[in-house]
Amino acid sequence: MASVPAVLQSEWTKIRTVASTSWTLVSAFVVTVAVGALLCALLASTFDDLPPTEQATFDPTLFSFSGMALGQLAMVVFGVLVVGTEYSSGMIRTSLAAVPQRATFLFSKIVVAGVLALVVGTATSFLSFFLGQALLGERATSIGEENVLRAVIGGGLYMGLIALFSMGVAAMLRSSMLSLGILMPFFFLVSQILAAVPYAKDVARYFPDQAGSKIMQVLPQTWNGDEVPYGPWGGLGIMLLWVAASLLGGFAVLGKRDA
Amino acid sequence: MIEAIGLTKRYGAKTAVYDLSFQVRPGAVTGFLGPNGSGKSTTMRMVLGLDQPTSGHVTIGGHPFRKLPNAPRQVGALLDAKAVHGGRSARNHLLSLAQLSGIPARRVDEVLGVVGLQDVARRRSKGFSLGMGQRLGIAAALLGDPQVLLFDEPVNGLDPEGILWVRNLMKQLAAEGRTVFVSSHLMSEMALTADHLIVIGRGQLLADMSVKDFIAHNSAGFARVRTPQTEPQQREKLSAVLTEAGGRVMPEPDGALRVTGLALPAISDLAHGADVRLWELSPHQASLEEAYMRMTQAAVDFRSTDDRKAGLMQQPAPGYDPSAAVTASEVPQQGWYAPPPPGRNPYASTPPGGAPTGRDPHPDTPPAAAPAPAAPAPAGPPAPAAAPADPTESSTEDAR
Repeated sequence: MASVPAVLQSEWTKIRTVASTSWTLVSAFVVTVAVGALLCALLASTFDDLPPTEQATFDPTLFSFSGMALGQLAMVVFGVLVVGTEYSSGMIRTSLAAVPQRATFLFSKIVVAGVLALVVGTATSFLSFFLGQALLGERATSIGEENVLRAVIGGGLYMGLIALFSMGVAAMLRSSMLSLGILMPFFFLVSQILAAVPYAKDVARYFPDQAGSKIMQVLPQTWNGDEVPYGPWGGLGIMLLWVAASLLGGFAVLGKRDA
Repeated sequence: MIEAIGLTKRYGAKTAVYDLSFQVRPGAVTGFLGPNGSGKSTTMRMVLGLDQPTSGHVTIGGHPFRKLPNAPRQVGALLDAKAVHGGRSARNHLLSLAQLSGIPARRVDEVLGVVGLQDVARRRSKGFSLGMGQRLGIAAALLGDPQVLLFDEPVNGLDPEGILWVRNLMKQLAAEGRTVFVSSHLMSEMALTADHLIVIGRGQLLADMSVKDFIAHNSAGFARVRTPQTEPQQREKLSAVLTEAGGRVMPEPDGALRVTGLALPAISDLAHGADVRLWELSPHQASLEEAYMRMTQAAVDFRSTDDRKAGLMQQPAPGYDPSAAVTASEVPQQGWYAPPPPGRNPYASTPPGGAPTGRDPHPDTPPAAAPAPAAPAPAGPPAPAAAPADPTESSTEDAR
């Protein structure tokens, strides 16, 4: 029986020795921070032109995470590639011939990649926050304010969970191309469009990204934020359920199907 | 020791492997032969627990692969040369496998040297040729110094030097007391490497015997007889005499006769009795390749047909009959399979004296996919290397 620490070590070697790991994680980091900083700087100069209602409900913490809408896509690519390249390259057969215990194999991979995504996500979240606040000037909030630390840590969790969700989907679909073809439009377009459409948004608010992103919100009622029947942690819980479902689904497929 | 019992794999309606039982013993190279699509790789994947058999089971050292304690140290496998992440270097690929079972990193450098990849160890495997990929796969199989080794088509894409190296490697591994199971569709390669053969066709066992027995059971010899070319009537005369005595005579393109069913002394005596002089009387042994081709002939799934170049050829001039140019009675010098010796044709409907394989390949009713008995070639244009024109040949041979 290949021991769990050995499999974890092996997966760590696998993940650090391919180029896709670094470029996806670096782009997630850079895109989120840069876009967030840009929007913060832009808003700081035009804040006085905003309608008073919007000025009143401005959430500087959430706004500094604006880059995540794009940056999360790089996380999706990271999660999909970590699992999907095993299938596209045929490496899965080598891997499973070496680790016949498929649960050990899949969950070790997910733990290693998940921890990595979480670390990068947390760093991204903190840097986005501090840089954004610096650029917002007098509109800024501080990490010591109520619920702000929760939102910033939540931003890191959100990035990590998006990557984990993508890993589960890739394990279910057993293909990078198919997974990216479904997840990218979903997170970039479908989810965000549906969330703005009446009635559809009653469903869309239970989508993993919509529910999970509530954790980054400090003011419950901010711009075009509808009232939702769950709190920030409730939203993260909903996202966790999605992640658990996708990972279990991925495991069920790997356990049953021929490699 | 690999042991398969009643292994069956179905993909939907297609039966890839049917009721396959065999043992692969330690201390010998066991060749696993079959035409393309006969189920070799499927069987290999089932041995490694990658595919779940529909029924039956296969064990390595008494354990199913998925339950094997520390599998990488016990079983090494090369399934697919390209089953590596192209973006990872050869060394890192092996390192990730080594770490699974606590194999130190210096062992990685060691096997890289063994397979001759030390100079490209840090290059991404994406740029590797097929032969380099095979070497990397073999390195992965050797990594844990396992007692059981499986190689699926290991010489594919290797240069002659590499083929020789693999051949010697297999023999050496077996000589060290390991179990070596090598699949191939090249009989000629297996004849040089393997001690024991397991032959399958359409997912069913055709033969499970040592190479020596395989040759003895399957390669029928023939005698080549040449009469003076200046006197064609002597040839006619001898043909008649030999046929009368129970021999089977086929003319060869250069005027010689190919005789089966009669011993060389008997041919000589008959010729002497008929007052025919002989210029040549020589014994010939059909090669293992021929024996294998004949055995799997009915079980070939993918057979090439004549390229008729439809629409690409000019119309022949009127009055020209292309079929007239073909003399059907002659056998070509090469690519002819000696008819099987009596009672040893695996496709004969009732083989006298028991099954030829030493064990009955289908104890129960065979499935619909079973090779049709005594059907040497499918209808349609004959394959270039097909048997003599007479389709009833094998059955008449057995009846004799």
